Amino acid sequence: MATLQLHNIVKRFEGTEVIKGVDLEVNDREFVVFVGPSGCGKSTLLRMIAGLENATSGDIMIDGKRINEVGPAERGLAMVFQSYALYPHMTVEDNMGFSLKLGGVSKEERQRKVREAAAILQLEPLLERKPKALSGGQRQRVAIGRAIVRNPSIFLFDEPLSNLDAALRVQMRIELARLHEELDATMIYVTHDQIEAMTMADKIVVLQGGVVEQVGSPMELYHHPRNRFVAGFIGSPKMNFLAVERVSASPTGVEVRLPGGETCTVPVDGSSLRDDALTLGIRPEHLQLEPEGPLSGRIEVIERLGGVTSLYVRMQDTLVTVSADGNVENRVGDTLRFGFDRACAHLFDAEDLALPSLARHPLAGLNRQDNRAPSVAGGQ
Amino acid sequence: MTTLKTKQAIPAEGHLATTPASEARARHTPLVPSAGARRVWLTLLGWGIALLIFFPILWMVLTGFKSEAEAIADPSLIFTPTLESYVAVQARADYFKFALNSVVVAFGSTLLALAIAIPSAYAMAFLPTRRTKGTLLWMLSTKMLPPVGVLVPIYLIFRDFGLLDTRTGLIIVYTLMNLPIVVWMLYTFFKDLPRDILEAGRMDGASTFQEVVYLLLPLTLPGIASTGLLSVILSWNEAFWSLNLTSSNAAPLTAYIASFSSPEGLFWAKLSAASTMAIAPILVFGWLTQKQMVRGLTFGAVK
Repeated sequence: MATLQLHNIVKRFEGTEVIKGVDLEVNDREFVVFVGPSGCGKSTLLRMIAGLENATSGDIMIDGKRINEVGPAERGLAMVFQSYALYPHMTVEDNMGFSLKLGGVSKEERQRKVREAAAILQLEPLLERKPKALSGGQRQRVAIGRAIVRNPSIFLFDEPLSNLDAALRVQMRIELARLHEELDATMIYVTHDQIEAMTMADKIVVLQGGVVEQVGSPMELYHHPRNRFVAGFIGSPKMNFLAVERVSASPTGVEVRLPGGETCTVPVDGSSLRDDALTLGIRPEHLQLEPEGPLSGRIEVIERLGGVTSLYVRMQDTLVTVSADGNVENRVGDTLRFGFDRACAHLFDAEDLALPSLARHPLAGLNRQDNRAPSVAGGQ
Repeated sequence: MTTLKTKQAIPAEGHLATTPASEARARHTPLVPSAGARRVWLTLLGWGIALLIFFPILWMVLTGFKSEAEAIADPSLIFTPTLESYVAVQARADYFKFALNSVVVAFGSTLLALAIAIPSAYAMAFLPTRRTKGTLLWMLSTKMLPPVGVLVPIYLIFRDFGLLDTRTGLIIVYTLMNLPIVVWMLYTFFKDLPRDILEAGRMDGASTFQEVVYLLLPLTLPGIASTGLLSVILSWNEAFWSLNLTSSNAAPLTAYIASFSSPEGLFWAKLSAASTMAIAPILVFGWLTQKQMVRGLTFGAVK
């Protein structure tokens, strides 16, 4: 049970600024995911919260108290590492009970707490084993168990699933979401995988180059990205970006000329728009085959996934991804016309900032808790 | 009709496929030696090289069991073994006094070196600064200095502090002598340890001391052991400082051997007997621990 605030956090490594003034608020029992490409500073930020790295300047506060100078153990946090970082010479039980042993907890009490955590993670049959006799998924669970035993105020996860294979990753993702419900604890999770971010987070923090690009619920980021980077990073397959030209702009919409020469009006607020060269962003799932559509192109590659077919279509000099129905019968080389839902389109100015949509998406405010039925939410 | 054709085609094809293969096998058998023959050759080669390296020691051991007359006669493998040299050697000097000095000095200096080197290597491996690499190289460069270059100052310092001919003095010199190598080796072993494990320990509430005792030392024990073994061997075999800084009280086995090269000439049999006794403990020690040594020295490589 804890809140975390970051105020203007800056981190410099030998003169290079890797975190450039981050402000953030993490609420009690929230599942917050830091996401961004590698080198964006997300792990460094987490390590500063953990106390493994010092902040060059700024305040790190837990429950309103500044903890910059407090050692990692005294902060009351627990961290799960990407490499699991299990102690190879200790059994699973000793691994999980190590923090209690250091804290001078009696052997019986230690055993009881370890068994409690092991029960949550179905680790009981493995307690006597050494880490090298465990599979990747089991090791990961032991690492999580080691964190649970400490009963931390905040759980920190540093890319915990990236060493697992794809199937196990999905399974552990679900397990972590379940664990968050069960433990009802504040969790901060670092990943470069936007699917993990979308599926688990209450709040996503998108980082790039040491700067927070946007903070919001998954649906907020998907439907209302603040800029082109967030738009491209969230959502899979990636959003398509087409260079368009402004025809006219008004507070009720911006009319643009598409690559093929046709024009269309995007329902965004264009009242403060100065630039002529704009970027139109359309997600692959919002493009449809439409005989009379304003866009046209030639299919270069087809990827059939069964339920969905990805068409890679050459429109002038851009390769556009279209998520089409699984049963489309088109072939490579076909020239087709496409249409799109204007309300789902995004328009970015020359600085790559998104123009504000006229209507908020009805699900933009939804977070993960809202997915639960009321009885379940109150149950734990 | 078609089915019949396919049925006929299968054995025909199978026949065609096997014939060249078996021909090739027959042709290649004499050219490529089998795995067994290869192993025999490699074993013979291994034994040959080992014997070549071991030969001087073997010859020394054999000479120790000869009489003085046989020792200087034409080299011969056939002789009547005698213990007379050993008896003579033991009558002239108390082997066990020297051996005890060697043990105390070799193990004492190794323990002291490890006690200093473990914290140093920890700091260098886990809290490096811009100068860490330079410091390490500088430490190693002191090994390139000929020891005789610092003999006079060290001798004078030892004289003034009353350390001449004391075990403490030798322990100090051997510790200083081996410290660069010990720190360097421990540094490489520590660097191989994933940082995450120590950080996990820190998150679990371990102090730096607990981190070292509960995590670092158990996990790098093979490396520490092989470093320690090397330090013991180097200290045991060291002759320059022991000859110059000791006379009787603290003299280790190297001084004991040297005492048998007397002005009236070399007595090969006695010298060999003394040398055999001097190297026997460390040789046995080396054999017993060689598995550990090899494991430690290849610690990072095989992971």
